[in-house]
Amino acid sequence: MTKRERRQFFTGLGFTSLWIVGLGLFTAYPVLASLYYSFCDYSILKSPVWCGLSNYTELFSDDLFWLSLKNTLIYAGVSVPLGAVVALSLALLLNQDVRGRPLFRVLFYLPSIVPLVAASMLWMWIFNGQVGLLNWVLTPLLEPFGLTPPGWLVDPAWAKSALIIMSLWGTGNAMVIYLAGLQNVPRELYEAAEIDGASGFRRFWHVTLPQLAPVVYFNVVMSLIGALQIFTQAIVMSSAASGGTGTEMDGFPARSTLFYTMHLFATAFYDLRMGYASAMAYVLFLVIAGLTWLATRVSRDRLN
Amino acid sequence: MARPRPSGPLVRQPVKGGAAAWDAGKVGRRAAETGARRSRWSRRAGRVRSVVLTAILLGIGVPGVWADGADEGRAKVRVSYWEKWVGPEARSIKAVAEAFNRSQDRIVVEVMTVSPIDRKTLVATAGGDPPDIAGLYGHNLASFADAEALMPLEEFIRRDGLTPEQWLERYYPVYQRIVQHNGRIYAGISTPAMITLHWNKTLFREAGLDPERPPRTVEELDEYARKLTKRDPQTGEITQIGFLPQEPGWWPWIFCRWFGGELFDGERITLATDPRNLAAMRWVASYSQTYGAEALARFASGFAGQMNSPQSGFFSGKVAMVFQGVWYNNYIREYKPGLDYGAASAWPSAAPGIDDFGMAEADLMVIPRGAKHPQEAWEFIKYVNRNNPRATRREELEGSELLCYLQEKNSPLREWSPFFAQHHPHPYIAAFRELSASPHAQATPDIGIWTEYQREVLNAFTRVRLLLETPEAALASAQQRLEKSWARHRRSLELHGQIPAKKGALAP
Repeated sequence: MTKRERRQFFTGLGFTSLWIVGLGLFTAYPVLASLYYSFCDYSILKSPVWCGLSNYTELFSDDLFWLSLKNTLIYAGVSVPLGAVVALSLALLLNQDVRGRPLFRVLFYLPSIVPLVAASMLWMWIFNGQVGLLNWVLTPLLEPFGLTPPGWLVDPAWAKSALIIMSLWGTGNAMVIYLAGLQNVPRELYEAAEIDGASGFRRFWHVTLPQLAPVVYFNVVMSLIGALQIFTQAIVMSSAASGGTGTEMDGFPARSTLFYTMHLFATAFYDLRMGYASAMAYVLFLVIAGLTWLATRVSRDRLN
Repeated sequence: MARPRPSGPLVRQPVKGGAAAWDAGKVGRRAAETGARRSRWSRRAGRVRSVVLTAILLGIGVPGVWADGADEGRAKVRVSYWEKWVGPEARSIKAVAEAFNRSQDRIVVEVMTVSPIDRKTLVATAGGDPPDIAGLYGHNLASFADAEALMPLEEFIRRDGLTPEQWLERYYPVYQRIVQHNGRIYAGISTPAMITLHWNKTLFREAGLDPERPPRTVEELDEYARKLTKRDPQTGEITQIGFLPQEPGWWPWIFCRWFGGELFDGERITLATDPRNLAAMRWVASYSQTYGAEALARFASGFAGQMNSPQSGFFSGKVAMVFQGVWYNNYIREYKPGLDYGAASAWPSAAPGIDDFGMAEADLMVIPRGAKHPQEAWEFIKYVNRNNPRATRREELEGSELLCYLQEKNSPLREWSPFFAQHHPHPYIAAFRELSASPHAQATPDIGIWTEYQREVLNAFTRVRLLLETPEAALASAQQRLEKSWARHRRSLELHGQIPAKKGALAP
C-alpha cells in the first residue's frame, strides 16, 4: 500500500468511523453479548452466571416453546403462500391495461403503509363476533345452512385464521415488487408463446412465472422472515380480545395465538429471564436461517 | 452513556492533507509557498475565530449554568418520578407532587408519565439511570425485588424513628402485604383500590329483584344471574346476561381465593392441589354449561376490551353484575352518567365462614436500585403515605388522602380524617372502606414468578370457560408448568447467592 493509498484508506475509515462505531456498539456487541447470555442465568439486573447449555436443554423440554413454534409455523406456512398468491394475482390484475390503473394501484398499495397498530385496531372491529363487518356479511350467507359465523378473535379455533386473513392486508409491498417484475418480462416471449398457440394460463405458467422466479423467491423469503417474527398485530388483537387482561403476551384465547416472538418477549421482559430469552432468540435465528437456506435450495434450479 | 462524536483529526482532515498540498504540486514551488502561507494564515485565523467563539460561548453559557446551579441545583434536589397514568389520575398525582413541593423548600418532585412503566423502569435500572421513584403496579413488586431492582425501605423508616412494624401498622392488613416481599418492605402506596361487585339497579328492578340488595352468596349470584339473563325470542341468542365470569377477565386467579383456595403456601404451588381452587374453576365452567360456551363467547365478543367506552358490557346494559374496582365510578361518570348502580360492601360469600371477602390492588412507589436521590425520594414516598387525620376541610387534606380524594379512591391507611370519610366524592366509599378493613381481603400472592403464574391461571381459566378442558386437567397442566418455573426460580436465586428472608416475617 502506497503512502497515498494508506492516507485514502484512513480517510475513508475516518468518514465511516461513526457508522463502524454504531454498528459495533449497537448491533455487533448486543448480538455477541446475547449469545453469551444465552448460556447464562441472567435477569438483566444481576450479573450473568454461566449455566452452560441448561437454557437450551430447558427450552427443548418446554411445551410452551413447542406450542409457540407450532403456532408460528402454522401461521407462516399458510400466510406466506397465501400472501404470495394474492399479491401475484393482484399484480397480474393491475398489470392489465384498464382505465384508472394508477388509481387501483394506489388503492391496493395503500393498506400496506397503514401502521400495524392502527390496522390491528381496525381489524379488531371487523372481526368483532357480534357487531363485526365480516360476520355481518357472513351471517346471511351461512344462515340458510343453519350455520353461524365464528367469534374469530375470541374463538381458539379461528383466532389464528383471523390473523392470517389480516396478513393479506399488507400484501401491497409484495404486489408492487411483482408488478415491477412483470414489467421486466420481455414481450417477445409472450408473442412467441402466442404464435405457438399457448393459452392465457400456459403463457402465465411457462413464461411469466419462470421469468418472475427471482422476484417470487425474494418475496417469499422476505415474507417468511416477517411471518416468523409476527408480533405487533398478534399482541394488539390478543390484548383487545382478552379485554386487556395484562397478559396479552399469552396469545389469547387459550394460547391459540401464542407466537414465538410473543413467548420470547414475555420471557425476557415480563419474567425477567433474559438468558433463556436469548437462547430462544438464537433458536429462532437458526430456524429462519434454516428455512431461508431450504427456500434457496429448493428454488436454485428455477432461479438458474 | 456518552454520545459518539466526530473526532478532531477527522474534521480537520480535508484541510490538512487535501486542497493546499494538491495545488502546490500543480503550480510550482512559488505558488506552493504562497498557498502554504495562505493556509497558515487561514489556520491562524481559524484558531483566532475558535478562541473568540469559545470565549463568547463561555461568556453566555457559564453564567447561565452557574445561575441555574445557584438558584436551584445547590438549593433544591430534583426528584424524578415516573408514573404510568394519564388523564385524571396523572393530574391528581401531579397536584400532590405540587403540594409536596410547596410544603418544603429543599426537594422538587418532577412527575413524568412513562409507559409501559415496568419495562422502562427495568431497562433504565439496568442501564444505571433509573428514576428516583417509579410508580410500579402491585404485581411487579415480587419479581422486581427478586431481580434486585429495588431498594428496601426499612433503613429509611428506621432513620425516621419508626420501626418497620410501626410503619406497616398504619396500613390496613391487605395493604401491608402488598408493600412487602419475603418479609421486607419495598414500596409505598400511591393509590390503592378495592374491587367488589357492582350491579345495575335498573336491570334489577326490571327482573323483579330488590335493587338495594346485592347477592350475598355465590348461589344467590347464580340465581340472580339467571333471572337477569334475556334471550332473543326468535333466535334464542343472549341479549342480556346477569353475570359473566370473564367480564372484565383481569383477575381470574381471584376466584380461587374467593372460594377459599390458596395459590401458594410460601413453599409450594398449590393451584391444582387445593380442592377449593378446583371448586372455583368448576363454578366458572358451570356458566358455560348453563348458557353455552360458544354463545357466551360470541355474546361477550361484542364488548370485549371496551371497558373505557360506552360499549362496555356493564355500561351498555348487557351485563347486569360485574366485579370492578373503586375506580369504576370515574368511568361511569364519563361513559354512562346517571347510571343507577350499586357497589357491594363484600363479595357474595363463596367459602364457608367468609362473608366479608374483598380484593385489593395498589399502585406502588418504589426506589429503584441506583436512584440518584434515594433519601429525597423517600421523603416524597413518606409524604404520599401519610395523611392529616384532623382534616376537616378540603384544603387540609394531605398526602395519601389528598391523592385518593382527587382520584376518588379509598385510602390504604387505617385512620381516615373526618373530611375524607364524610365528604368523599365516591358515593359508595363506605363500602370500599369496609372492604379494605376486612381480614379476608386478598391481594396478589407474594411470589417471584407471579407474571408466569398469572398467565397460567388465565390460560386455565380460558380453557375451562370455553369447555376445552375439564377444570382438573386445566389446573393440573398449569400446576405442572408452574412447579417447574418455581423450581427454576429458586435455583436462580441460589445461583446468585440470594437467600430469601423468612417469608411473612412482618406480615400480619
